[in-house]
Amino acid sequence: MENVNSYLSIRNLNKYFGKFLALDDVSIDISPGEFVCFLGPSGCGKTTLLRCIAGLEVQSSGTIIQNSEIISDLPTSQRDFGIVFQSYALFPNLSCFHNIAYGLENLGWEKQDVTKRVDELLSLVGLSDHSAKYPSQLSGGEQQRIALARAIATSPNLLLLDEPLSALDAKVRVHLRQELKNFHRRLGLTTVMVTHDQEEALSIADRIFVMDSGKIMQSGTPEDIYANSSNPFVANFIGMTNFIEGQVLDEDSIKVDNQQIAINSHSYKKGTKVIIAARPEYVQLAEKNSSNTFVGRVVDVEFLGSFLRIHLETSIMPDQPLIADKPMIDNFSKSVAIGDNLNFTLSPNHLNVYECDN
Amino acid sequence: MFSFKSKSRAADKSDKIGRILVFVYLAMFFCFLVLPLFALMSKSMQNAEGVFVGLENFALYLKEPTLFKSFFHSLFVAFVSTIIVVCLGFLYAFALQCTCIPFKGLFRVVSLIPLLSPSILAAIALVYWFGNQGVFKEMLLGHSIYGPIGIIMASVYWTFPHALMILSTSLSLSDARLYEASDALKASKLRTFFTVTIPGAKYGIISTTFVVFILVFTDFGVPKVIGGNYNVLATDIYREVVGMQNFQMGAVISIVLLIPALLAFALDQFSRKRQASQLTSRAVVYVPKPHRLRDNLLLCYCLLITALVFLMLGMAQFGALVKFWPYNLSLTLKHYNFEVAGLGWDSFFNSVRMSLYAAFFGTIIIFIGSYLIEKMRADKSLRDILQMIALMPMAIPGIVLGLAYIFFFNMKDNPLNFIYATMAILVINTVVHFYTVSHLSAITAIKKLDNEFESVSLSLKVPIYKMFFRVTLPVCLPTVFDIFIYLFCNAMTTVSGVIFLYSYDTTLASVSSIHLDEQGDVAGAAAMAMLIVYISFLVRGIHTIISTFLLKRTQAWRNI
Repeated sequence: MENVNSYLSIRNLNKYFGKFLALDDVSIDISPGEFVCFLGPSGCGKTTLLRCIAGLEVQSSGTIIQNSEIISDLPTSQRDFGIVFQSYALFPNLSCFHNIAYGLENLGWEKQDVTKRVDELLSLVGLSDHSAKYPSQLSGGEQQRIALARAIATSPNLLLLDEPLSALDAKVRVHLRQELKNFHRRLGLTTVMVTHDQEEALSIADRIFVMDSGKIMQSGTPEDIYANSSNPFVANFIGMTNFIEGQVLDEDSIKVDNQQIAINSHSYKKGTKVIIAARPEYVQLAEKNSSNTFVGRVVDVEFLGSFLRIHLETSIMPDQPLIADKPMIDNFSKSVAIGDNLNFTLSPNHLNVYECDN
Repeated sequence: MFSFKSKSRAADKSDKIGRILVFVYLAMFFCFLVLPLFALMSKSMQNAEGVFVGLENFALYLKEPTLFKSFFHSLFVAFVSTIIVVCLGFLYAFALQCTCIPFKGLFRVVSLIPLLSPSILAAIALVYWFGNQGVFKEMLLGHSIYGPIGIIMASVYWTFPHALMILSTSLSLSDARLYEASDALKASKLRTFFTVTIPGAKYGIISTTFVVFILVFTDFGVPKVIGGNYNVLATDIYREVVGMQNFQMGAVISIVLLIPALLAFALDQFSRKRQASQLTSRAVVYVPKPHRLRDNLLLCYCLLITALVFLMLGMAQFGALVKFWPYNLSLTLKHYNFEVAGLGWDSFFNSVRMSLYAAFFGTIIIFIGSYLIEKMRADKSLRDILQMIALMPMAIPGIVLGLAYIFFFNMKDNPLNFIYATMAILVINTVVHFYTVSHLSAITAIKKLDNEFESVSLSLKVPIYKMFFRVTLPVCLPTVFDIFIYLFCNAMTTVSGVIFLYSYDTTLASVSSIHLDEQGDVAGAAAMAMLIVYISFLVRGIHTIISTFLLKRTQAWRNI
């Protein structure tokens, strides 16, 4: 079962806190140089998984293999990684220079080597002028970059990021996200990031592991996870999705509220209760009564800058409005008003169907 | 569902050191707190021959009305003093926190002066003011100062700063938004006071009530000096043990004293827990607006309190310098020879040494202990036990702890017997007696440190103990200094904890002061008590200079 091309392998990892199962038989492989994200809501076990990799938590059972070596029984200080926390955790009484030099000094480096390395790192994160400053003199984004420099100062082969951007302002977050990505491109360091922000994960990761209740719900590239979510949880957590409940009629159609929705062929048995997931941007507004077209009444219109979010009351989704996103081009908004009846089409190519749990 | 036990794995070196230290602390607490208390309890259930007699001694105690009466005496003086101190303290704290009176800094310093003096100093000063030959004897309308009146007055004096510290903290936390809301709803100032100020300080008031009650209920020095024939529990213990060598009865009374103190302590802890959840981090600091009548009245009040503090101190000092009160008021230094006690200045220097040791070792032990409890990763349950034991000393009256030490360390087959009657037992007793308050302030300081410092350090392969000296200690240095001076001042002034434990070579200033008074040399007692005040002042001054200098160097990062 060993993956040859894997830098970090986790095999059947379980973690209990008392009776609470925080990690439920987690097995993953991460390739060298890959940037992966553990994504999930709070309490899903993503941070616990990261802390197990770091040795800050001890797994209840299972194995972690890093660079062909079993590390799950090693103490933290003997594992090879650098880590950045949401709180930065910069030592407040040490200057930026000494924060970064902290690990190097302990390795017994010569003073000039330490200085050289720290200067190199400071310029890498673009903060050469701030060497003598204390962390409290820097902005949140700058502090986080110092924390990053400190984490990679001793040249670890694995970088762990625990919600590194969550404490920052929205703008800084987006900016630093890009920087983190460039940074990773330049250094090629295998990186694991934990985040609850799906946009962050989509924009930055090579591969995403979506987690819930201690389990890996799906893994794949951002595009794959978004377009082909393998279960309703992922579809709902990543981006926005309309869920339409129905019953299988035959192999390419679903019965919803006495109407039929055509879908691509599937393998569910006739009569199975299913959920159809439709992304708001694939809800096409249609002029004519073509196939797979339904009617809805506009109950709300949100202007969100680059696009318009239309809430439609429709018989195929009786519990809540169906959401359709339309790009804001050609003054489209003028043509939609609350109370209007609109036709919309659900294209079979962009619908995912899941079996109902209950 | 079943649960796995975490698989053991090779621990970090830092974890191993931490675990060893946790066990060392557990052992220390057992030797110097738990086992002595256990010895006290078993003593209370033995007869003079050391045979177990169950609750017989307690039955004896209840049958002895003179002994039993003391219990109500203690309750009475504690109760009355508490009410007075809470009222006076609240008004003073209100003046400092919620008004615009001038000289707030000065008033704050003045109000803390009683902390630097032994509790008996107030009692001695009162003897000069209202005693048989006192200046204002007539003001008591024929009542004697030797008794509940004197005990209550002196207790109010020395517990005032304790009350003030808690009350002004709780008032300083008042949320400006509530005042604004009250204003916006057109409530009168008085209504605002009763609906915003008082409820906001509710837990502070409750806490103060318990703290002051325990302090007065268990105090030994004041009733010893000014209690006259009005016996209280603490003086009963002393009399039974020192006067009548009835150790069993001493143990019984100790337990009678311990139980209400424990109860009050438990209630206080309970109310503090509820307070914590009430505070929000988003509160806006209340800045008072001037109000002429209120400010002027409270300024007068603060001046009055200040005058009273100085009248107490001044009289004690004056009495110590007067040749023969009240007949020959010319000044002399002869009372500073301390001849009556036959010890000269030895006890004074012993006290200074003892206090320095207690402050030095105590600070180290308490700070490292708090760090272990707060930041170590392994052995959560052991650390919880440590934390619980660390809170215990606050509930244990000094005189009870002192007696417990005699019973435990004087046992012939105790391997720790060698510390009996040495300086070490005094130091240990003092550190344990004052452990909790320092421990809590250390915990507060350490809690402010990011929880991931240890993780970062381990990930960078730097052992925790290196980080402790590089980061934790420097960042917490202001608190460390505070703990040092707190321990020093308390060690200088404590009486109850050490009254049973000193030997001929290790007499202490505060104890000498009591003995001088006992032998009728009130002037000598006053002189000794004032010496304690001066040395506390001096050390506090030195402490301020050194800490300002050191903090400037180590805390530069704070003020940018």
